[in-house]
Amino acid sequence: MDFGPHLMLASLEGAVISAILVLTAMGLSIVFGVMRVVNVAHGEFFMLGAVFAWAVTTMISGHAALGFVAALIIVPVLVGAIAAGVDQLILKRIDYDVDRTIVATIGVLYIVQQSTLMLYGPEARPVEPPFNLRLALPWFEFGENGFQMIWPWGLSVTTYKLFVIGAAIVVLGALWLVLTRTKIGLVMRATQQDRDMAQAFGVPVGQVYSLVFGLGAGLAALGAVLVVPIQQAHYLMGGDPLLLAFIVVIIGGLGSLPGTVIAALLIGMSDGIISVFFSPTLAKIIATFLVAMVLVFRPQGLMGRVAA
Amino acid sequence: MDWTKSNALHIGTLVVLFALFFILPAYHVGAFSRIMVLAIYAIGFNLLFGYTGLLSLGHAMFFAAGMYGFGLSMNLGGLSVLPAFLIGVGAAGLLALGAGYLALRTIGVAFMIVTLMFAQTFYLVILYYGEYTRGDEGFIIQQTQRQIAGIDLTTETARYFTAFILFAVCFLAMARLVQRPFGKRLIAIRENEERARMLGYDVARLKLAALVVSGLFSGVAGAAYALLFGYVGASFASVQYSIFPLLWVLLGGAGTTVGPLIGVIFMFYLIDISSGVTNAYMLVAGLALVLLTLFAPQGLAGTLRKRALPWLP
Amino acid sequence: MAAMNILETKGLTKIYGGLQANTDIDFTLQRNAITALIGPNGAGKSTFVGMVSGRTTPTRGKVFFEGQDISTLPAHKRMQLGMAYTFQITSIFPGLTVEDNVALAAGRKLAHDKAAHAAKTAAVLEKIGLAERADQTAADLSYGHQRVLEIAMGLAQDPKLFILDEPTQGLAEGEVDAFVTLMRSMAEETTILLIEHNMRVVTDTADHVTVLDQGRLLASGSFEEIHADPAVQAAYLGTTADV
Repeated sequence: MDFGPHLMLASLEGAVISAILVLTAMGLSIVFGVMRVVNVAHGEFFMLGAVFAWAVTTMISGHAALGFVAALIIVPVLVGAIAAGVDQLILKRIDYDVDRTIVATIGVLYIVQQSTLMLYGPEARPVEPPFNLRLALPWFEFGENGFQMIWPWGLSVTTYKLFVIGAAIVVLGALWLVLTRTKIGLVMRATQQDRDMAQAFGVPVGQVYSLVFGLGAGLAALGAVLVVPIQQAHYLMGGDPLLLAFIVVIIGGLGSLPGTVIAALLIGMSDGIISVFFSPTLAKIIATFLVAMVLVFRPQGLMGRVAA
Repeated sequence: MDWTKSNALHIGTLVVLFALFFILPAYHVGAFSRIMVLAIYAIGFNLLFGYTGLLSLGHAMFFAAGMYGFGLSMNLGGLSVLPAFLIGVGAAGLLALGAGYLALRTIGVAFMIVTLMFAQTFYLVILYYGEYTRGDEGFIIQQTQRQIAGIDLTTETARYFTAFILFAVCFLAMARLVQRPFGKRLIAIRENEERARMLGYDVARLKLAALVVSGLFSGVAGAAYALLFGYVGASFASVQYSIFPLLWVLLGGAGTTVGPLIGVIFMFYLIDISSGVTNAYMLVAGLALVLLTLFAPQGLAGTLRKRALPWLP
Repeated sequence: MAAMNILETKGLTKIYGGLQANTDIDFTLQRNAITALIGPNGAGKSTFVGMVSGRTTPTRGKVFFEGQDISTLPAHKRMQLGMAYTFQITSIFPGLTVEDNVALAAGRKLAHDKAAHAAKTAAVLEKIGLAERADQTAADLSYGHQRVLEIAMGLAQDPKLFILDEPTQGLAEGEVDAFVTLMRSMAEETTILLIEHNMRVVTDTADHVTVLDQGRLLASGSFEEIHADPAVQAAYLGTTADV
């Protein structure tokens, strides 16, 4: 393949990565934004989503789409409920102390990961995509016969990958509507602004926190359900999404939702493109180091505003 | 009076560790060699976390810097044990200086994430230069090379007492350091950073000094681990090895001199026993972290100090 | 600079997002005297001492300490030159003993000399009346004792200039009396800049009074002069009932 088609393929891969990443990072960002805590176990909720998706699709026989739709509905709710339980059982009792929450969620990370290892095992297991038509993509070229459309070998995308991109956009839109147009969204924003004031006005802050923590984990799980037909479910798969989600949230400005979306696109696309053309390890080294530098020199994020 | 009590405690601890060699069966003697080396790492971490109040989630980079500095200068540089050891410790110290200079511009959560990411970068660099480091697989330091002045350090006895001597030096040095003005100033930063600054202390510099000393101790532990157990691998630079010292120190008691050792002993045997039952032995670590944050944030020695022994250093 | 003032500010200004907290303050402080800085709430007193001590960065203007321009020095360097500062909201090392708190304050200069360090710590504890509580954890002290401990930490530094930000806030009457006595005894050795709301403390201790209003320096002089100043009466004394 020439450079042009190659780049287009890389961009498509990048768009799929961005789609999953934006959901995962959004979960982390909402939790940080409203509760002001960093959830280190976020990647494990992602992994749980993938593993549960495998379990649900295995249990339901019939057409692959049937199981997949069931997983899409059941799994985020289930994972969200587990996360809400973690919030009630652990985070609430340490009063969302910033440092202790980090330590406790590191503990949750190992508990979830290792329990999965015990119950699910060390194997990576695939989930069949509900539909997976391969679409060949055209490329335009100015050749000896003038301007022409060619069909380079290997330049193609599956319908499922296009569906992932579309689904992420739909979920983001729905999330935006919930946050800006509903009472729940209002209550969440009020709690984010001033926890004590919200409490004084009768907002059940404890329940809102559990809801937010569950919502954050549910978004990660949703991303994972979407990803398992492309990438297999494995008990150690939570590490990379956690790191990438961290990077996105930091670049976008901690707690800033529009910043998170833009940063997820930026990181996802560049990850897709860089790893096609360069060594993935080198790409990760550069990305990780640069993000650390962003935190050191622009802690409000690239797009965040300086706090007064 | 308290001074003599704490001296007695420290000397007593060392006497017990010395005697254990003659009492314990061979398996546990081997375990304690490892425990003492890891306890040096925990002691280093404790200076930063327990005394200065700075939570680093990237200490594995200092441990690994000591380990790789030592291992690579032996295997690739052909150096003998002592200069290689110094290079390992020096590498950890320099890394701590550089990483600290940058990371200490941030505070709180940002500091934790920055140190985590620096360590992740370091880990990936080790993998990237797999040609020299042998990546995940790691490399072995030959038995014949692991000797000082003709003494073979690979025998059980030599290994135990090398670990013991290194531990004793680090343990006593740290016990003294935290009683001296430097240590008191670090505690002051933990207690109330702004007040310390307004007493005229250069807080930024003190924090950097604490991080460098902490990194040096971690480097000693890393180099000693490679020297005594003959293996250098990337897993020692992974996030898990940044979490371990936090776990040990939390369990044993942050900001106490004996806490790190107690924490390492407990966690070592906890994992040792559970890995006999299941391959998911890190489950124990996770449960311990959660239970500690919930019920005993001051750890074993810290709770003891609060309840019964206020003089505990 | 023959008759060098211990502290001088020139055109000191602080703007918070369009709001002028301090505007062009030219201020001089007399050596070995107690000067009280008064003014209604929001007059900019804390901003002013914040800029003097280095906790707040001025938008413009300069600060001179013993003739030296210290405008760009960080807070800890200013303290090293001989300033001490007590916080409006009690700020001590809660987990340490009373003795360790004082020892840390004395230790910046004296840590190299063990005997002098111990002697200084003991002397300050004695003077301030906390000697028998030396081994108590600071967090366990009563509020009044914590305030006293904070002043003890200032004393232990042997400052040339001692800035006290509302030291009597929240103290009981009897404690205020003891504090007034302490202040007078300190004035022999050091220069004191006192932010105070309690007018009784001001009249009982201050040699000079400076009035800030809406971020501007309104008047300076003896208490009687200030009291007679019509501008001060209009801006400040008339609006509050505590004089």
